[in-house]
Formats: sequence, C-alpha cells, structure tokens
Amino acid sequence: MKKLVILGAGTAGTMMLNKLHETLDRNEWQLTIVDQFETHYYQPGFLFIPFGIYNKKDVVKPKRDFFPKGAEVIVSEIDKIEPDQNRVLLKNNTVLNYDLLIIATGAKVKPEETEGMVSDLWHKNIFDFYTIEGATALANFFKYWEGGKLVLNITEMPIKCPVAPLEFVFLADSYFTERGIRDKVDIHFVTTLPGAFTKPKASSILGDILTKKNIHLTSDFNIARVDNENKKIVSWDEMEVPFDVLVTIPTNMGDDVIARSGMGDELQFVPTDKHTLRADNYDNIFVIGDATNLPSSKAGSVAHFEADILLENILSAIDGRELKAKFDGHANCYIESGFGKGILIDFNYDTEPLPGKFPLPGIGPFSLLEETKMNHYGKVMFRWMYWNLLLKGSELPIESHMSMAGKRA
Amino acid sequence: MATKEYAGKTVETTDDGYLINASDWNEEIAKEIAKEEGIEELNDRHMTVINFMREVFEKTGEGPSIRKLTKESGVPTKELYELFPKGPAKKAARIAGIPKPKGCI
Repeated sequence: MKKLVILGAGTAGTMMLNKLHETLDRNEWQLTIVDQFETHYYQPGFLFIPFGIYNKKDVVKPKRDFFPKGAEVIVSEIDKIEPDQNRVLLKNNTVLNYDLLIIATGAKVKPEETEGMVSDLWHKNIFDFYTIEGATALANFFKYWEGGKLVLNITEMPIKCPVAPLEFVFLADSYFTERGIRDKVDIHFVTTLPGAFTKPKASSILGDILTKKNIHLTSDFNIARVDNENKKIVSWDEMEVPFDVLVTIPTNMGDDVIARSGMGDELQFVPTDKHTLRADNYDNIFVIGDATNLPSSKAGSVAHFEADILLENILSAIDGRELKAKFDGHANCYIESGFGKGILIDFNYDTEPLPGKFPLPGIGPFSLLEETKMNHYGKVMFRWMYWNLLLKGSELPIESHMSMAGKRA
Repeated sequence: MATKEYAGKTVETTDDGYLINASDWNEEIAKEIAKEEGIEELNDRHMTVINFMREVFEKTGEGPSIRKLTKESGVPTKELYELFPKGPAKKAARIAGIPKPKGCI
C-alpha cells in the first residue's frame, strides 16, 4: 500500500482530501490528513464579525463534517517534516512515512513581528480581524465606540485575502453611517503598498472609491513600531499616524513547522513551482494554498483553482508522467463595498483586474470593478457554496483558468 | 523602454529607469543612478546592500524583499531606510541595476 499524506485540513487540504478520496484507488493508496485543530473556520466571514453582520457561530463548523468516510484523520500538531527521509514526525510521537506529501499548512498572522504591537493596547485599542479572537474583540469594541480616529494598517505584503483591508474600511464607512456617527469617525487607510491595491487599474478605481467614501489614504507607509503611550504608529522613516483605534493587518507567515523543517523562505513559505505546484526542491512534495510562495493572491478562490490543477498533476506524478497541468495564478474575489453593494475582480499572473462583465452560467453576469447589488449577493451566496460544495471538492460553475470573456482590456 | 547614458555608456532602461540588462551594470553607473535618487555618495554600507541584491538576483532571478535583506545582508531595517530613504527595496534595486521588485498581489 502506498501512502499519500496531507498536512493541514484547512480549505486547501480538505478540498484535496475529498478530491483524492474520490479519485485514487483505495486498494493502492492510503490517504492520511493531519491537523492539530478540530474546528474549521470560514475565514472570509471574519471580515463581517466586527460589524455585527456575522457572529462566531456563522463561521465555525467541525472539520470532521467535511472529511470523506474512511479517510485516516490524525489530530496532532506536526513536529517536523524530514523530506530527505520521506517522513513526517508528529508531536504525538507518530512517525508518518509517505510516498507523496501535500503541504497545506496555510499562513498565519504574526502581530508580534512588529515592535509594540502585542503590548498594553492589544485587544483594547489595537485589534486584528484575521483571527476569531481579534474579530470578536473588535465587534465588542465597536458596539460601544462613540467615534474618533480609526486607522487600518497593512504591515507587510503578502497577506491573506489582499482585498479584505479595503472591504473593512468600506464596511466601516457603511456601519458608522448607519449608526449615525460617521461624521465623528475619521477613517484612515495606511498601507505599505504604493496605492489602494497592488495592480494599477484596480488600484486607481478602488482609490477613487476610497475618496468618494471620504476615507483617507496614506501609501508607502512601512510600519516600524507602535507607540502605545501616545497611540500612534511610526514608520521606519519616522512618519507618524495617530489613532484612537488601530486595526492592524499583521505580517503573514507560513506555519512554524515549515521553519522547523528548514523548508521555508524568509516568511516560512515553501518555494513552489508557480505552474505545477510541486515543491522546488523535492519531487514527491506538492504545496497548495497559502503555504506556497507563489506570486498569486492568498485566497480561498486561488486554493480552489489550484486544487483542480494539483489533482491532475498528482495523478501524472503517480503514473510517472510529466506534470502537464499549469496553474495560471487565477483569483476571483468579491469585494464588499458597503451599503449592500459589492465589487468583483478576476485576474491571474499575467492579466491584472480589468473592468467589464464576468459571465457565470445560470447566475451571472456580474460587473467587474464596479459597485453593484448583484456582486454583494455573489459574496453572500459564496458562504453557502463554501460549506456545501467547495470544501467537499464538488465542481463549481467556474473555470480554473482565467478567461478574457467579457473583460475590457 | 528608453535609453540613457551613464558614465559614458549607453544603456537600455525601463520607463521608470531600471536597467533592462543587469549585465550593463558597473560601479560607475551605480554612482550616477544613486545621484538621481538623491544619494550623493555610495559608502561601504550602501555597497554591502547593493552587492547582496545583485547576488540574490543572479541566484534567483529576482531581487530580495526587505525582510530577506535585513535577515541575510547584515544591515538592519532601520539602517536600510537611512541608507535608501523612502523605499529601500525599490531604490536599492535601481542602483544595483536589477529589475524593480514586483511587489506581491
């Protein structure tokens, strides 16, 4: 019996487990998945928690609900991968040998990477919303807040869901308007990027939306430390931004197990071929989702498109064939823009987000880079699709490779 | 695409002034690009950073991130911003004659 081990049962790992369980011959392959946690979080839902739109129970389900029957599931922390020995050591003292390994250990926020971030004001006046703890603490804070300077700061790229910080300030504008205190809240978007977003067309269109919503933008700001006493963030070149409440998007890094195994880059991401998804240095290791160092977005949609490619390439690898399926960097993101509207962007490695229409059989078309109610419904509908179709590895009516249909170049 | 003359040598550059061919680079050219970036004189510490960037580029085909720079070049972040004010990664890449860092998505 040959062994295929998946490390990490988040979005990417769970999808791969389901797809491989369907596809591989169970008399030939034993499938094992390892994760230290038993709860699956719908991470795109964290964004809505601070504004009371979702609460904790809207974003959690037991991981076991999404595992196929008969798959071997091990709940344990991973100690170390030993790629030269083709084995994984677990903290519960199990040793897992493998023929093929899929690393899907994701990315985590590391606020402690910034001096003064996790200090006196942490979860009192400084919050993150990329963890359930941060998002719920911020919801409690906002409920009773009467206004002041709200600063959102992106520490360092890359981050998970690069549109979420924009969505956050759009929703804040909407939320405080509905609470009747928008004129008392000064919203300030402070980013390490040269503009509102990474790619020129989207950056300019989204930048205009910030202006329209009276949200201030400070770009090229590289945070060095938080001054807790005077409530301000300070950049490496000594620029200062004062805040009453700071919402930080901390440094994102790959899992510590990657560093312990000596397999990561400076952010603990695994160097991975951006088309085949095979680890650069190991023929029998593949990497998917946020754990890779790919120059693509770290987002569920990306993991989903990668999963189709990875399945094909794993089957080729098993047959000893060349890896023919090529990932194109496709990402598809609904951006909540407040007041019941949303914006959609669709792009890949070579094509930046463009305006136009996005056809979707039976449901669409959606408008690209434009605020519409339809795009908001797309986002709302997505949570249902995530729990009921996507994690289970079912087909969705959207292609893995990006299409130019409807886009205006 | 544009052409520019640095230190008596005609070189091809991108529209925002990055050398197209890293092999056109030499220290004299670096000094002139540095002046355009407002750095009057390149000292040993500047050169440590520039040489590290070229090394990484030759090995990987890409310039290093700030984090990699501070972790592996021995020059702390604070000093990097003093040496190359306003965006060390972009500025040092241009002076080192390697492509503009892509930035992530």
